[in-house]
Amino acid sequence: MVFLTDRKRATGMGAAKTGTAHFWGMTVSSVALLILVPLFIFTVGPMLGENHATVTAYFSHPFPAIVALLTFIVGLLHFKNGVTVLIEDYLQGLSRKIWIIVMTCVSYAAIATAVFAIARIAL
Amino acid sequence: MADVNRGNRPLSPHLTIYRPQMTSISSIFVRITGNALLVSTLLLIWWLLAASSSAAAFAVADYVITSWFGDIVMVLSLWALWYHSLGGLRHLIWDTGRGLELKTAERMGWMMIIGSLVLTALTVFSF
Repeated sequence: MVFLTDRKRATGMGAAKTGTAHFWGMTVSSVALLILVPLFIFTVGPMLGENHATVTAYFSHPFPAIVALLTFIVGLLHFKNGVTVLIEDYLQGLSRKIWIIVMTCVSYAAIATAVFAIARIAL
Repeated sequence: MADVNRGNRPLSPHLTIYRPQMTSISSIFVRITGNALLVSTLLLIWWLLAASSSAAAFAVADYVITSWFGDIVMVLSLWALWYHSLGGLRHLIWDTGRGLELKTAERMGWMMIIGSLVLTALTVFSF
């Protein structure tokens, strides 16, 4: 005699787990990044290889600072959700959990560092 | 149904048996480029942190990012960023129910490859 119903056994076991929130989050951030990424490439890109004074003067302007901040924040949250799917696809059990935790922490740490660095230059 | 045989059932053939196809290869490269972009993202954040700290710290980050190693990472990342963006655009199109026919999906794969190379060349030469 098996007491688990089909519904009970299936709940939470599918690829979607908690439903469509993850998918919708990736959709929203990907649309935002389609706008942010070209802006980022053409505002931040030209600064690579410039001298220290030029770089700090450049990022004290609102537009380059805000574009860089938005791209790092939205991009790294998008990365956090994307790398979670990557880990879920290739790892199981404890290593899956550890890697998801590690990469989530790396993503948030990178966001905090980027915000701190740009704020310190801009303000 | 609840006591169905689990774990000892026939599996459908997987990646190893298939000839590489435009749809599968262009898809796996979206995943590879997206995740590999962490490397240059962290490099750029380090570069900004160094710029906010001191001239000496910036000199080190600037040296690394403009070295031959930095150049290779940045140019590859630029391509990865364009390719992943076009791949994301393809997903957004697919999500509306359009472009799912094999011919269209394969054509979009070619557009991603050629488009990302053209955009990378244009970006590199515009700087």
